[in-house]
Amino acid sequence: MLQNKITRRALLKSQAAALASTAAGLPLSGQAQNLVTESNKTELKWSKAPCRFCGTGCSVMVATKDNHVVATHGDAKSPVNRGLNCVKGYFLSKIMYGKDRLTQPLLRKTNGKFDKNGEFTPVSWDEAFDIMAEKWKTALKDKGPTSVGMFGSGQWTIYEGYAASKLMKAGFRSNNLEPNARHCMASAVGGFMRTFGIDEPMGCYDDMEAADAFVLWGSNMAEMHPILWTRVTDRRLSAKHVKVAVLSTYEHRCFDLADIPMVFKPQTDLVILNYIANYIIQNNAVNEDFVNKHTIFKRGNTDIGYGLRPEHPLQQAAANADKAGGSVDMTFDEYAEFVSEYTLDKAHEMSGVPKNRLEEMAKLYADPNVKVTSFWTMGFNQHTRGVWANNLVYNIHLLTGKISEPGNSPFSLTGQPSACGTAREVGTFAHRLPADLVVKKKEHRDIAEKIWKLPEGTIPEKVGYHAVKQNRMLKDGKLNAYWIQVNNNLQAAANMNEETLPGYRNPDNFIIVSDAYPTVTAEAADLILPTAMWVEKEGGFGNAERRTQLWHQLVDAPGESKSDLWQLMEFSKRFAIEEVWPEELLAKMPEHRGKSLYDVLYRNGNVDAFPLSETAEGYANQEAEDFGFYVQKGLFEEYAAFGRGHGHDLAPFERYHEERGLRWPVVDGNETKWRFREGSDPYVTEGTEVEFYGHKDGKARIFALPYEPPAEVPDEEYPLWLSTGRVVEHWHSGSMTQRVPELYKAFPDAVCFMHPDDATESGLHRGQEIKIISRRGEIRTRVETRGRNRPPRGLVFVPWFDASQLINKVTLDATDPISKQTDYKKCAIRIEAV
Amino acid sequence: MKNITQKTMQKIIAGVLLVVAGAVFADSMVSTLRTDTPLNEEQKAPKIMPFEDTDKKLKRNYPEQPPVIPHDTEGYRIDLNANKCLSCHARSRTEDSGAPMVSITHFMDREGQFLATISPRRYFCTQCHVSQREVKPLVDNDFVDIDELLHGAQSMEHKSN
Repeated sequence: MLQNKITRRALLKSQAAALASTAAGLPLSGQAQNLVTESNKTELKWSKAPCRFCGTGCSVMVATKDNHVVATHGDAKSPVNRGLNCVKGYFLSKIMYGKDRLTQPLLRKTNGKFDKNGEFTPVSWDEAFDIMAEKWKTALKDKGPTSVGMFGSGQWTIYEGYAASKLMKAGFRSNNLEPNARHCMASAVGGFMRTFGIDEPMGCYDDMEAADAFVLWGSNMAEMHPILWTRVTDRRLSAKHVKVAVLSTYEHRCFDLADIPMVFKPQTDLVILNYIANYIIQNNAVNEDFVNKHTIFKRGNTDIGYGLRPEHPLQQAAANADKAGGSVDMTFDEYAEFVSEYTLDKAHEMSGVPKNRLEEMAKLYADPNVKVTSFWTMGFNQHTRGVWANNLVYNIHLLTGKISEPGNSPFSLTGQPSACGTAREVGTFAHRLPADLVVKKKEHRDIAEKIWKLPEGTIPEKVGYHAVKQNRMLKDGKLNAYWIQVNNNLQAAANMNEETLPGYRNPDNFIIVSDAYPTVTAEAADLILPTAMWVEKEGGFGNAERRTQLWHQLVDAPGESKSDLWQLMEFSKRFAIEEVWPEELLAKMPEHRGKSLYDVLYRNGNVDAFPLSETAEGYANQEAEDFGFYVQKGLFEEYAAFGRGHGHDLAPFERYHEERGLRWPVVDGNETKWRFREGSDPYVTEGTEVEFYGHKDGKARIFALPYEPPAEVPDEEYPLWLSTGRVVEHWHSGSMTQRVPELYKAFPDAVCFMHPDDATESGLHRGQEIKIISRRGEIRTRVETRGRNRPPRGLVFVPWFDASQLINKVTLDATDPISKQTDYKKCAIRIEAV
Repeated sequence: MKNITQKTMQKIIAGVLLVVAGAVFADSMVSTLRTDTPLNEEQKAPKIMPFEDTDKKLKRNYPEQPPVIPHDTEGYRIDLNANKCLSCHARSRTEDSGAPMVSITHFMDREGQFLATISPRRYFCTQCHVSQREVKPLVDNDFVDIDELLHGAQSMEHKSN
């Protein structure tokens, strides 16, 4: 009687329960159950994986249930991010579930046959590989190995990049292999190789908790490396003596934390860098002992051109366009004289930065008691003098000896999750092989051929077409069979209207695009291959602090999607070795006769050394199951043979599945935090304290390099500077993030950030539709005079994530002549109301 | 006259060819993030829409997701001197503001220890929390909420029972 009494209180309670269960999508039974509690239902399987987005390399915990990713969060155990993710990282759970995932191969066809102008039509993988192989064989037969090429990315897993490198360089004997990392940090590589003779940062993220000052040279870390920015912010706000200096051509979110904010005129970073070196010398702040023991001085070639097509007047006028990387020895005194013209007055006049701020920053570097970490990304790297900018910042750290110790760190950040791991360490560039080896050196090719068990002379000596040149050669009809994997280069490459699109649509060419989603690059292709992504496959990435991280396959890919690795290896089965190698090469290793490329490259006793039974229990592995052996482990171990004992040592494969990554070189089980420093780096000779062993003499190079003007500057007709870049919500051209509703709604469309006075002067107002026009093309967008970016007068900023506003129709394909990396930060435009 | 006619005809033919070529290309427009505009043409730029500006809490996709901001935050100052968000969301302010308190995770340092105040590593709110503009997503997302999965499993159970 009493227990059945309906009270107001009970009604409210039951109503609340009804609301809760409706909200939770649960059925209302007689028991009004509103929480599932049985452990067999509520237990989630949590596994680690590195984030899919930037080069920071945050570790993420991924929850799966019934073959779905249902949640993700920052991994508390990871030293990189300690439980944090940025907004993109927190939404990783949704990136694989865009409604328009590609699930079957699509070929342009008319009346059932391939037609370059036909409609995309679903085909089987067999048919897709048939037409691909036909086109590749035709190109190889007609024009040889230089007519085939591949464009991958720093989003490839280590295994994928490595398998691609073998397929292209050894299989097809073409060095026309590039990652889109060429657009991203080739200048950083050039800087490292020139100054230190070995690639990648000497320091690590631990520098951030040890530094007394941070200087950002063209890096908007607050948006592009948000988790590293949390570490900088943590240090700055928790230790009051710490200073943050921020340099950029426009104000962005990093300026919110800046003690020394500096907006400089485009290209004058070269002047400021030389001014600081001069300041250090003039104020007797040179660490003479360090400089004498560990450095030598070089005068670099000048007047090196702008990496444009050879017939361009700027190329014709350049004295050293063909020997851009050359240099001669010089003395300290000569160097001191060289930089002496870069006075405070000159730096101020050219850059527009107030003198007191320049001097305040110079003092941070000059004071031996202030530990300085310098960061840079695209501001330096996407620069027609990008390698120089990298060299010049190392000069400052070397002159003061502020390097390779906690807190004293020149630190080049990277944009892609495996720009270091795959693009640089595996060496998927047109000039490279694994572990910093290069194709042009015979002794390097010999090493690769020996590890790969291939005859001497397999790998061609000639450097292949770099990224920008690939587009030019596609347009010119010299590169005819072209495979793009895991990137959106039609959107990403500069000068789309004049180079990229005509290249892809050239009737002489067959373009294949492997992607998870229908990007604009896919739309410009002839064949689209549906591709498994991120935790739909077993993978490995290497981040910006040399940290290698592996993960397991956690869910299955949708439909017929297959990983890039599977696609590469499966495609190789379509070629008999006799179809791709000349007789004289085959004669050196007759045992390969009658084999397929697949057999020669991937069934070579290394790659197939580990049985299926060694794959991890509790995790699927699509590639291992399909090929019948533990593909990833085999590729990893063969690859690791390049670096072990040569300064690039990796730990045993299994350990990476247990750890939140390890920083190479990993020697005797220990990772290396600071390279070149005795006690931290096992490769340093005892008693030397510091040894820059990348160069045979153990010394780093200090380069005398001047200011030279940019390729294009505003004039009467095109009076404004255009800088392009990114926003925190979108990465990788927006191809994944634009399909996450929360990220899309946060920043749906590109806009043109401009100074309100520039807008007013042109009779424009916020929100008005405009055209941005350059000598090469135009886009339609809207004026934005508020928000996160505040450009100075005379410069506008447009992000490039938007597939509807392809700003790379406007940009100029001028590159650094040494690194071949495009300058996306400087070209001249005008704005018109629509 | 004859010449002009011929020229005009040539123009018309060229125009027809262009339309046909355009149509062929148009049929193969697969890039779902663009409207029906060929890659080498420009479309009207969408208006800059205002941010949603409510006090309505939105359901999270999973408990670990940082909540999106249901209101407009443009012009909010978060810099060395001030953090506008905390003027409502700080623990001490929530009674007056009615705003949700920042999560207790935000008091933890890198080692997972609780600090007396919000950790400086969490200072810049916009690195994880974003306002939402009044726009409709271009592409739907098929992410399955865990509750739907459990519900599905439970329905299956009921059926098999």
